[in-house]
Amino acid sequence: MAYNTKVGSLDAYEKGSIELADDLRKYAFSNIYEVAGKSAPFERVAVVQNLEYVAETVRIEGDSPWYAAPHDEFALVMDGEVTFRFVKLADDQVPGHEGGAVRLGGVPNGPNMGRVTARRGHQVLLPKGAAYQMSAAKPAVAIVQTRDGPETVKRWSEICTLA
Amino acid sequence: MDAITTRIAATGTDPDTGYTSYRLGGFEFTRDEYFAHVSWPKGSHIIEIDRFLRAMVRDIGWGFFYGWIFFDDIFGTTNHYGTVDLFAGAYDAGYKAKGLDHLETFPAEVVKEAFETISQNWINEGYDPLRAPLETGSPLGPKTVERTDELVRGFAAASRMLGLEGEPPVRSDATGHPINRAFADLEFDRPEIECEPGFEGQLHAINLFDHIARADVTWNPSFTAVTGASICCVTSEEHMLPVIHGNDRNEWFVQLTDEIHWQIADKNSGQPRGTIVMKAGDVCAMPADIRHQGFSPKRSMLMVLENGTPGLEKRYASGELKPYPVDFG
Ligand SMILES: [Fe+2]
Repeated sequence: MAYNTKVGSLDAYEKGSIELADDLRKYAFSNIYEVAGKSAPFERVAVVQNLEYVAETVRIEGDSPWYAAPHDEFALVMDGEVTFRFVKLADDQVPGHEGGAVRLGGVPNGPNMGRVTARRGHQVLLPKGAAYQMSAAKPAVAIVQTRDGPETVKRWSEICTLA
Repeated sequence: MDAITTRIAATGTDPDTGYTSYRLGGFEFTRDEYFAHVSWPKGSHIIEIDRFLRAMVRDIGWGFFYGWIFFDDIFGTTNHYGTVDLFAGAYDAGYKAKGLDHLETFPAEVVKEAFETISQNWINEGYDPLRAPLETGSPLGPKTVERTDELVRGFAAASRMLGLEGEPPVRSDATGHPINRAFADLEFDRPEIECEPGFEGQLHAINLFDHIARADVTWNPSFTAVTGASICCVTSEEHMLPVIHGNDRNEWFVQLTDEIHWQIADKNSGQPRGTIVMKAGDVCAMPADIRHQGFSPKRSMLMVLENGTPGLEKRYASGELKPYPVDFG
């Protein structure tokens, strides 16, 4: 038998359903394509929160600001093609705040480490000690595994199915 | 409760079926052609053998996972990270009301050894409970020949990211993992990594979907990426999760492809709360006060985000942390 694997995209996704005799806020049910479809480019919208950890849905369109975090982050591309560029940071350039990505003022001074081009299903290491920029010619979507930080946008009431 | 330091003991072999029976503490385990029988001083319980073995090998492989693993509504284990409870009826309103419930705590390695011993004796060649039902033989009938390969496999835990030097490899043809039939329609390419001289090995990316598509196990997550205590586990899901998972903390699901139907119930009473259907791109929390069981009509890809912070289970159990993850303000 031939199988037909269903994936989602910004243009075509189907949201599931939640039918519970419980407070639906406890489940925070959302869809990354729906969230990215309503986001401005590079808003990092929390869709997962586990105490100090989050996963953010990011709509990637054009060139992002440069970001850095005091720990590893991981991006999983879920639609489109994304180029990640990396610049090595000196020890005193690595952000010292507790967690999450921060936006840098411009292109950081430091050696160019290279780049990664990723498409749906590709998981990319955003290593501690490097700054990164995300770029896409056409709108793309990624989920970033990170910590709750200054760039994390929370709008749970808007993104979650509550009734 | 003090952990009981007994070990599993064989109590006899059925001359007709060939299967051995076992005792661990107050629990007795027997199998026949169709069923596993679990008994304890105040009661007994019968579980369909396929379900029982699928649950047992996963419980071993997961290291008893986070919280409660219900083989069904009655029998299961609770992980206390060092010790493990075996329980029967302890989280069922009816058994509790009649006083028929039973719970004993053992060192984790004692339960592991017990489950391995039972699985080894009760699993015949040609049946692999980690595979989807369509991909393996039947567990029914009398004892034939025991398997000699590893019963438990597939939980390759990365400490930073899969495929980095010193970490478990990404699945490939070379590791003996062809693309599963149910994902043969997808195209798998690799991310392009262009590293400047001097930074070799510092940039890294993998095709995660390719890794999941090559899994030869179902409902058996592998850690692929770790940020602090936040663990990304991915897994291929087909047919039904052969256990009901009771959370001791909040966990999160991100449905990567296809769909899974989750049945949700109250953790302590088993009272049903309803159903969540997750489709590709959907994200949903599993709160710390529920039990849940998943059903995947077609093999699907699921990402689970766990918080592995040590001691978290005690902070939820004490009520210090709320049993749900998001503050809506
Ligand atoms: Fe679970």
